[in-house]
Amino acid sequence: MLLIHCPYCDETLPEMEFAYAGEAHVARPVDPSRTTDEEWRDHLFVRSNTRGPHAERWRHVHGCARFFNAVRDTVTDRVLATYPAGSPRPDLPGKDTP
Amino acid sequence: MGATHVPMVEDLPPRHRLSLRVREGGRGAVGAALGLDLPERVGERARGGGREALCLGPDEWLIEAEEADAAALARALGGVDVSHAAVDISDREVGFRVSGPGTLALLAMGCPRDVARIAPGRGARTIFHGASVVIRREAEEEVRIDIWRSVAPHVRALMETGLKELRAGL
Repeated sequence: MLLIHCPYCDETLPEMEFAYAGEAHVARPVDPSRTTDEEWRDHLFVRSNTRGPHAERWRHVHGCARFFNAVRDTVTDRVLATYPAGSPRPDLPGKDTP
Repeated sequence: MGATHVPMVEDLPPRHRLSLRVREGGRGAVGAALGLDLPERVGERARGGGREALCLGPDEWLIEAEEADAAALARALGGVDVSHAAVDISDREVGFRVSGPGTLALLAMGCPRDVARIAPGRGARTIFHGASVVIRREAEEEVRIDIWRSVAPHVRALMETGLKELRAGL
């Protein structure tokens, strides 16, 4: 089981309290009515499918109920960092490329 | 092997419970109306005047009081001039207490979180036998559990199984 550090509770807790919520930093188009079908398709469905460190959203659903972001290595399944929603992806020297 | 540490599980009488949501700027005003200093950090509790607040999230508290206090609580919150949400969840929740030696062993059977790391006097929302619960550690070997009424019989049945295992010395 993964142990995940919740940045709001400031505790490292078992994965069962959390829910995965997809890739992080996917910005919704500012004006959806002016996007082309292709842009809208990419926004909705096309994800980076990273091999290595991947920024993703998690929700501490059975805890503080907050969404936050985590960088998880999709090869080793290790959570490298967690940070509050809305903040930029942290630099993780030596861990950013697979 | 013999029956050694078997905790006691008992149902608690109904309590008045409110789910309170308020942003950081309004925490002081709402706390003052309740007569409580709403704790800032997740897991901390505050008590006073028969009322109790447990911080569940950065902007979420669980308020507990006597049932007779319900009208007074509603009046107090009605006078607050700060945007907040207070939802009466008394009917949704039931509480029970686990106490005595073996309490932590019984909780460990259904809770992925290490309950021993919740310091006495603190609390947390977590998961227990698959259901979302609020746990308050009252003392070293005493834990109070709030759980949704509809799933309580299921969880109690699983706890009875756990008690049998403890009695059998497993």
